[in-house]
Order: sequence, then structure tokens, then C-alpha cells
Amino acid sequence: MPVEFDQDPKIQAYAHPERLVTTEWLQAHLGDPGLVVAESDEDVLLYDTGHIPGAVKIDWHADLNDPLTRDYVDAAGFSALMSSKGITPDTTIVFYGDQNNWWAAYALWVTSLFGHADVRLLDGGRKKWVDEGRPMTTDVPSPAPADYPATERDDSVIRAYREQVLAHIGHGKLVDVRSPGEYSGELLHMPEYPQEGALRGGHIPTAANVPWRRAADEGDGTFLPVDQLRAIYEAEIGLGTSDDVIAYCRIGERSSHTWFVLTHLLGFDNVRNYDGSWVEWGNAVRVPIEK
Amino acid sequence: MEEFSSTPKELRLPLLLEFANALPPLPERLKEDRDSMEPVEECQAPLFLAVDVEPDQVRLYFDAPPEAPTSRGFASVLHQGLDGGTPEEVLATPNDFYLSMGLEELVTPLRMRGMAGMLARVKRRVAEQMEAPAS
Repeated sequence: MPVEFDQDPKIQAYAHPERLVTTEWLQAHLGDPGLVVAESDEDVLLYDTGHIPGAVKIDWHADLNDPLTRDYVDAAGFSALMSSKGITPDTTIVFYGDQNNWWAAYALWVTSLFGHADVRLLDGGRKKWVDEGRPMTTDVPSPAPADYPATERDDSVIRAYREQVLAHIGHGKLVDVRSPGEYSGELLHMPEYPQEGALRGGHIPTAANVPWRRAADEGDGTFLPVDQLRAIYEAEIGLGTSDDVIAYCRIGERSSHTWFVLTHLLGFDNVRNYDGSWVEWGNAVRVPIEK
Repeated sequence: MEEFSSTPKELRLPLLLEFANALPPLPERLKEDRDSMEPVEECQAPLFLAVDVEPDQVRLYFDAPPEAPTSRGFASVLHQGLDGGTPEEVLATPNDFYLSMGLEELVTPLRMRGMAGMLARVKRRVAEQMEAPAS
């Protein structure tokens, strides 16, 4: 039985309003049975400096990535993680985090690979919650282990591999969500970040460039209203809701954010995230690159 | 460094947070002259540093916002380890000193390189000021 959905009019205007909640909604529902709030940040210590009361921490690096292979955890690993956070397959998970929910969207996408049904984002993320003066605590909850049966990860629907991207060129739509400097090949990493990670700069041929952050309001970090999102992704770069779309960035985290926007806010049917992204493509031998 | 590697893995992040909270605030003169500080581009969050070399000791100043506790923690480790040391001691610090902290399973390689970036910049400033002492 999912926790009731947020009836906020801005959220109701999106294609899948059941995927987003406001800070007001979340504060009113803290402690509801069947709800777990999870913080996923870029900064590995930020949760520990204070977080939403009752929220658990899910770290993309330590919790969701396989420690050896460049891949996500397997069925047993995911089941153990969910269990340790008090989550069952019926739990409503609300993710939130720093940097406009950048990493929260990534955690939500990985959770979706395992078919977890009810996953939502907190609109505006951690910053909006903090800026509004809502409650924070350093108390770390210790949930009783929950029963989460091992579920195989399904990589066939929302995840794309390099070979699939190669075959996609000229047939489907590609969205490069990195900064303009990375897209043009001047930079090999985000502005202000260390320049490393790929031997070649540029973008995958035919990809359109829409930096992921454009989907969020510059002030409070909430997602833009649905008509403004349509203006960017449909009018400006010509995507349609039934198009076969692959999004990518540097390691697949920023493109999770765009995947969320296209899939859940605009109702696209067929969007995949290429998590190999530029650190794979820009180092691979004999794949085509455009500048 | 030994303080980290001898600490059980599950307590290393709390220890880094203690360091983050212990980073001293900037002195007034630097607060008013933030532009004179050097941005550390290797860090994922905004971090600034300043280095003063006196004849027998090096003084280090770091500034990072509270929403970047990992960068603050790394800066604080360098501060506690090197502030007040002699220029020779600072220059002799191994560039890969942070590898012995046992944090690589918890913190991504990209972040760890932020630590290397801070040290490299500190050492360069020390070397420059030793060659051309401020008049």
C-alpha cells in the first residue's frame, strides 16, 4: 500500500506525478508507516553533518557500486542494502540529496534497475529543505532489518551499453547532458573539476547537448514546470515522447537526472541511461567522436 | 595518517568529520581579502588556501563551506599535519601520503585527488616563497 501521493498542482501537471513530492508533503508525512527517506549526496560526509529526521544514507560509491567490477551491486548486494535500511519491496522510498538531487536521481535510477516500484524524489532536494528551515538532525536511525528478497537487476529497459549506443547512432536520439565545454571537447571534465578521466574529448555523433542542470530552477533547485521542460526537450532539441532516447554524461550520474526528467516528468516511454558514458566512450578504441 | 589507518574502517568517516569540524576559521585579514587565496581546482567543492612561509615555519589557511565537509576534512588533515612545520618538512611530505589513510574504499578516487591537489599547491607556494622571500 503506497503512501498517498502529493496533490500539489505543479507536481500534478507532470506525466507521472507519483514520482515527486514537495518539502511540505515530506515534512507532513515523516514517520508514516511504509515510507523511508534516503539521502544520497555527492559529498560522502554531508549526511553525517545533519539530515532529515529518520532519513537513512545511501552512498552511490560505497553502497551501490560493485567494489571490484565497474558495475552496480548484484541481487544479493542490493537485497542486503535495502534490508539494512529497513526497506521492503512495498516501501515508498523518497530520495533527496545535494547538488539539485544529482546523486539522489542516480540512486533512484539504480534502485529502478532492481524493479523497486515506488521511488520518488524530493523536489528541490536537500538545499530547499535546509533553506526553508525545516528540521534536521544528526541522529542516525537504526532500522530493524527488513525482508527484501533478492531480485535480479534488469539492465535491458533503462540502461544502455556501449555496443547499443554504437548501434543507436543514426537510428535513435542521443542527449549529452554535460557542460558545453565537455560537449565541444575543450574540457574532459566538468568546469572547475579536475581534468581527467578520458583520453579524447568531444561527444558521441548526433548527440544534442542539454546540460542536465537546465531542468532545475537556478534559485531553489526544484524541477522546472512541465511546460518549460517541454520547451527545452521537445521544442528546442526535437525529442518526442515515443522516441528511443539514450542519455549520457561522464559516468552516468548527471544523465540519471535527465533520465528522470524525460521518463517521469515528461512521460517518455523509452529512455535509457548510458552509464559507461564519456569515461568509457572517450577511452574506447575506434568508436566515432565528433567535436 | 596513522590515526586514520589504525582506526577501524567504519569509524574513519566519523574521524574525517571530526577533522572537518576542527578546521580553524580564517583569520580576519584573510576573510577580508578572500581574493588573495588560491582556489584548489582539484577539489569537487569550492576550497581556497593561503600559505605563509616564515623562516622556520609554514602557516596554512584553508577555507571551504560547511556544505562541503569532505573537502573541509581533507584540508583539516593537512592543516593539523603541516601547519607550523618547517618549510623543509612540508616539502618532504610524500605526494601520495593520502594513500596510507585507508579512505579509498569510502571516498572516490576523484576526491582523493583533491587531497593531492591541495598538497601540491601548498608545496609549490612554499618553494616559491623560499626562492623569493617576501620583502
